[in-house]
Amino acid sequence: MAQLHFLANPARFRRFSQRALPVLSFATALALAVGLYLALVVSPPDYQQGEMVRIMFVHVPAAWIAMAGYMLLAALGASLLVWRHPLAALMARGAAPVGAVFCAVCLLTGSLWGRPMWGTYWVWDARLTSMLLLFFLYLGHIALSRAYDDPGRGDRAAAILALVGAINVPIIKFSVDWWNTLHQPASMMRLGGPAIHPAILTPLLVMAVALLLLYVVLVLLRTDTEIDRRRLELAEDVRGVAA
Amino acid sequence: MTGFAALMARDLRLVWRRPADVAVVLAFFVVATVLFPLGIGPEANVLARIAAGVLWCAALFAALLSLDRLFAADHEDGTLDLLLLAPWPLELAVLAKCAAHWIVTGLPLAVLAPLLGVAFGLEAPSLAALGVTLLVGTPTLSLVGGLAAALTLGARRSGALLALLALPLCVPTLIFGASAVGTIADGMGGGEGFATHLAILAALALVSLATLPWAIAAALRQAGE
Repeated sequence: MAQLHFLANPARFRRFSQRALPVLSFATALALAVGLYLALVVSPPDYQQGEMVRIMFVHVPAAWIAMAGYMLLAALGASLLVWRHPLAALMARGAAPVGAVFCAVCLLTGSLWGRPMWGTYWVWDARLTSMLLLFFLYLGHIALSRAYDDPGRGDRAAAILALVGAINVPIIKFSVDWWNTLHQPASMMRLGGPAIHPAILTPLLVMAVALLLLYVVLVLLRTDTEIDRRRLELAEDVRGVAA
Repeated sequence: MTGFAALMARDLRLVWRRPADVAVVLAFFVVATVLFPLGIGPEANVLARIAAGVLWCAALFAALLSLDRLFAADHEDGTLDLLLLAPWPLELAVLAKCAAHWIVTGLPLAVLAPLLGVAFGLEAPSLAALGVTLLVGTPTLSLVGGLAAALTLGARRSGALLALLALPLCVPTLIFGASAVGTIADGMGGGEGFATHLAILAALALVSLATLPWAIAAALRQAGE
């Protein structure tokens, strides 16, 4: 926790991120190369899903990261409201669109997988629907944080929304599960089941690490950009007052 | 407590003196509901099947439509600043305003919906179920919408933003409200399924009642900064 507080200063964060970014970018490229090779070349086609199973190597990690990304927004929101960390607001601004894109990737790849597997691009399955609602929560967060002329106001409003949203995510998940089982008792085919064969599991985990690294790199980059943007805006304000 | 009652009485008196504000919301509810048979077609069995969902969705939209003025008028004329400075908790003031909002929108919607349900060919038990679920579910809508209204206070395009924020958070209430009526219509499980749904609906309302006033008050405080 002490380290996190240390990074709350934007200038210190900037020094950290500029040292970390090249290393993390290299690690991302390496992990993606290995992961994609394992996922697309080495791993065998599934006996039931055929080559389509390879979509899962992107789809499943994207879903994990999208969900964890919303929890990160809530944690950043809490640290903005409790400790008033200026960096938390900037990082939330940077992280929200990245999380939304991972959420969209999860929905799109799922839909592409669903067409040959289920014969349709979309079904009102509980998992699909709760992922779609998570996407809407992301959109609300992005729209709210950018809806004010005073950026600080948008940051604090979005922080409260992220906290309420994070409490609501399990409730939404529960209610959507209930809704689906009520109307559609025949459950959809699900990835995995009791056990995943190592031939599938290894590339999946490598891809999960690769995509997580990609998420971290993108969030750090965007946070840096937000710091620059805020500095520019402040400089313009000062110039405007002077003139 | 006198402050709570006074603020609620004030909000109700404001509506009483200008009833057109509420009438417009209820008229919207009726017109929006009537559009569904026109769009979908007049087959009686189809309409009876979708009635609960349609009426619940329309009630949700109508409740949201009336919410963007919940704090905006007080924000513009300075009442909100006085509430922020007042020596009694802002959470109570928020609760009073949301309660007043529920009395002038949630309550009339719960009365009006069964009447419209008749036009959709719902049977008497389903009509009663519809009224009861709306009565139990609409307080949640007032509170969740109140949070969205507080968060979007003074924002650009605040009306559309309010809907975008509130609708995903209202999904659990919509699901349990509409499907509770569905259990009566299907005749499956009899009253037991309905009781379960109603209990969860009430639980959602109570959790909202216990937590959201704090979130709304926090949102209003940071709007006043």
